[in-house]
Amino acid sequence: MSRRPLVREVPPTSWYFHRPTYLRYMSREITCIFVAAYCVLLVVGLQRLAAGPAAYEAFLLGLKSADSIVFHLLALAASVYHAATWFGATHKAMPIQIGENFVQPGVISGAHYVVWLVLSFVILYLAGVF
Amino acid sequence: MAKSHKPVVWFPFAAGGTVIAFFIPVIVVLTFMAALGHVPPGLSYDRMHAFAGSSLGKLVIFGVVALSLWSSAHRLRCTCFDFGLRADTLVATVLYIMAIAGSLLSAVYLLQI
Repeated sequence: MSRRPLVREVPPTSWYFHRPTYLRYMSREITCIFVAAYCVLLVVGLQRLAAGPAAYEAFLLGLKSADSIVFHLLALAASVYHAATWFGATHKAMPIQIGENFVQPGVISGAHYVVWLVLSFVILYLAGVF
Repeated sequence: MAKSHKPVVWFPFAAGGTVIAFFIPVIVVLTFMAALGHVPPGLSYDRMHAFAGSSLGKLVIFGVVALSLWSSAHRLRCTCFDFGLRADTLVATVLYIMAIAGSLLSAVYLLQI
């Protein structure tokens, strides 16, 4: 008697349409495309900064375009979504036990959100935004 | 005991994910202001050059850029696989080489400042 193992047919390119959970997973996955593209922009910016004042000013001026505004909006949405889901997962990635009990998930994620907000405001302040 | 190279990939990935979460949104806001035509004073050549000229500044910039690049490369690799591109070894090699090249380049640029 032969036993046939169970082989589930998984369509490699459209499997994530099967469940809302998978779709949420994929929507988080694609944020990395915009974050990666933005990282490349940062490396280019560093190169321009090293090349001198004229090159750097031209780089800043080059950012002023409709395409750039759209890209920045996408990158902003992607990075904020990444941050929110990353902090939302912290209590699962590093649960903290004190005595018999685990620290409430909301406390761990909440602490990350607070640190995120404070850090962001400090950086905006240091950059002279306000 | 079986040895795995996974921790080598995983540590910068996890560190990069955290760095991206904490720092990238606010940095995007800063360059977004430049895109809208209101360059924040902190992004001016003098202030950026002074910041990137200090050793602490170099370390911070390199840490943020290199870790974010590595984490993005690792995530792009997973995304390619999830979208049905199953040539994982090829994709991983290309993306990791790009991340390493980007990190080395930023180190070179920082040392020139």
